[in-house]
Amino acid sequence: MGRYVIRRLLQMIPVFFGATLLIFLMVNVMGDPIAGLCGDRACDPATAAQLKKEFGLDKPVWQQYLTYMGNVFTGDFGTAFNGQPVTELMAQSFPVTLRLTIVAILFEIVIGISLGVVTGLKRGRPVDTTVLLLTLVVLSVPTFVTGLLVQLLLGVKWGWIKPAVSPEATFSELIVPGLVLASVSLAYVTRLTRTSIAENKRADYVRTAVAKGLPRRRVISRHLLRNSLIPVVTFIGADVGALMGGAIVTERIFNIHGVGLQLYNGIVRQSTQTVVGFVTILVLIFLLANLLVDLLYAVLDPRIRYA
Amino acid sequence: MPEPIEPYEEGRAIAATGGGGATDLAMAEAETLEKTPGGPKGTGPDKKPRSLWSDAWHDLRRNPVFIVSGLIILFLVVISIWPSLIASGDPLDCDLAKAQEGSQPGHPFGFNGQGCDVYTRTVYGARTSVTVGVLATLGVALLGSVLGGLAGFFGGAWDGVLSRITDVFFAIPVVLGGLVLLSVVTSSTVWPVIGFMVLLGWPQISRIARGSVITAKQNDYVQAARALGASNSRMLLRHITPNAVAPVIVVATIALGTYIALEATLSYLGVGLKPPTVSWGIDISSASQYVRNAPHMLLWPAGALAITVLAFIMLGDAVRDALDPKLR
Repeated sequence: MGRYVIRRLLQMIPVFFGATLLIFLMVNVMGDPIAGLCGDRACDPATAAQLKKEFGLDKPVWQQYLTYMGNVFTGDFGTAFNGQPVTELMAQSFPVTLRLTIVAILFEIVIGISLGVVTGLKRGRPVDTTVLLLTLVVLSVPTFVTGLLVQLLLGVKWGWIKPAVSPEATFSELIVPGLVLASVSLAYVTRLTRTSIAENKRADYVRTAVAKGLPRRRVISRHLLRNSLIPVVTFIGADVGALMGGAIVTERIFNIHGVGLQLYNGIVRQSTQTVVGFVTILVLIFLLANLLVDLLYAVLDPRIRYA
Repeated sequence: MPEPIEPYEEGRAIAATGGGGATDLAMAEAETLEKTPGGPKGTGPDKKPRSLWSDAWHDLRRNPVFIVSGLIILFLVVISIWPSLIASGDPLDCDLAKAQEGSQPGHPFGFNGQGCDVYTRTVYGARTSVTVGVLATLGVALLGSVLGGLAGFFGGAWDGVLSRITDVFFAIPVVLGGLVLLSVVTSSTVWPVIGFMVLLGWPQISRIARGSVITAKQNDYVQAARALGASNSRMLLRHITPNAVAPVIVVATIALGTYIALEATLSYLGVGLKPPTVSWGIDISSASQYVRNAPHMLLWPAGALAITVLAFIMLGDAVRDALDPKLR
């Protein structure tokens, strides 16, 4: 187990550097990193050259990347366009997005898996067809449309929630945005669980469990569900990173001051350091979540052993 | 690391019987060849047991989900080619005096914030969405299945490198990558958006193609062909591709719907398509500012977008059910 974790951590290193290098290249090669520094006007050539020298932008890109990564490992993520350290922006926004993601994941686990179990057990019945149609509808409406509609109906027309979330962004304020953020994944989780349950329903170990007289509830929760969860856990694990990165849309609609909003501002103002710094952390979270998922496999299915 | 569980594995075992009624097969090919390179080849008119493809087509023809989604998609394709069939106006013909007005005779969906006819713009928006979806899917499927398929077939160093590269691409959230890459693009054509989708989308297909080629490679008939001295290209084209292409088709069909939704999302964020291109995403984005007073401006393009995405997801579902005998 310990050796497996170490091997996986080592495997993460090239992926981490590959992903950060890719985003570094995207930001640096495609955009002009100093364009955002002179306000709305273009910099005059002398200032531009001065700024480039100051930030080391006259050096080759690979050298810039190494310098940047060296700074990151000493905890220096650089400064954002308004002179604030990027780490300060992170400290403000990551807790907010983390809360939003937790709400979304909880919705996926609680609603998604229970709907999946119910429909998987009652395959072909009216409740199955209804839920399946509902998931199709949810899947086909993009998150930003769902968000705008929910905001219009619940926030403006019926006044159940405030249309914009306050800067504190408490858990209770994030319930509706969290549901919007989770909506598409929620439908996937339901369908995945349903397929998995329906496939395993006829497995030998389920028949054995029923034959030896276990109560139905125990057969479903301990034998059937546990074995059916592996693809679902894989999906949810990969989704953690996607949710945090994809929160840009939800955060923009509900005016949540989280990672997505900071990233959006960073991109619009071409603040290289903000964008690369935030993405670096997001990539790390994604990789760790996937490692956690692989370790969970062994918990769910005792046949899987890590040497 | 345990490999993720790959569905469809048993699909190809049945495809191994080959052959099939020539007409059925031709129709199944017409279905599949549009979306992926190198589909199955007919092996002659003689009656043999039905192949996976003719079997799938047999199922699809009787599946109401397939018929409904197929009709919707057919309709979308027709109005993307000839939008003037059902909309006589010009989507760029706007009259500010009529801004935000509701439904009136001759303008069933009302007017948008710039006073353009919402109905005409919704009809013309189909062309953009269908173009982006189809071209992005074709590009992704081609690039992904060639790279992934070759990696799966030859294995070795290239396989390892490719797997790490796909890992890298998977670690970058799509919307984020789109914002970064497309924020500096000033062109208002669809090409940058399509290029971006191909760039970030191919690893998904390549992973699936790699897995299914590895499974197909181990089949007895491939070993037999190898023993008989078949060349690599013959084994790949005649024996492996026809039997490994099913999962790629399924995933590509569903992905087509998600690319259409992604285009709209990027346009909503202001980095996707730009005016004067007519797109549902742009229209939803500009309507969202006026949503409190004039929700009709948002609802029509959003509804069209949702129905389009739904049709492609349903089509993908139906194709998967037909190609994956495990679920029967």
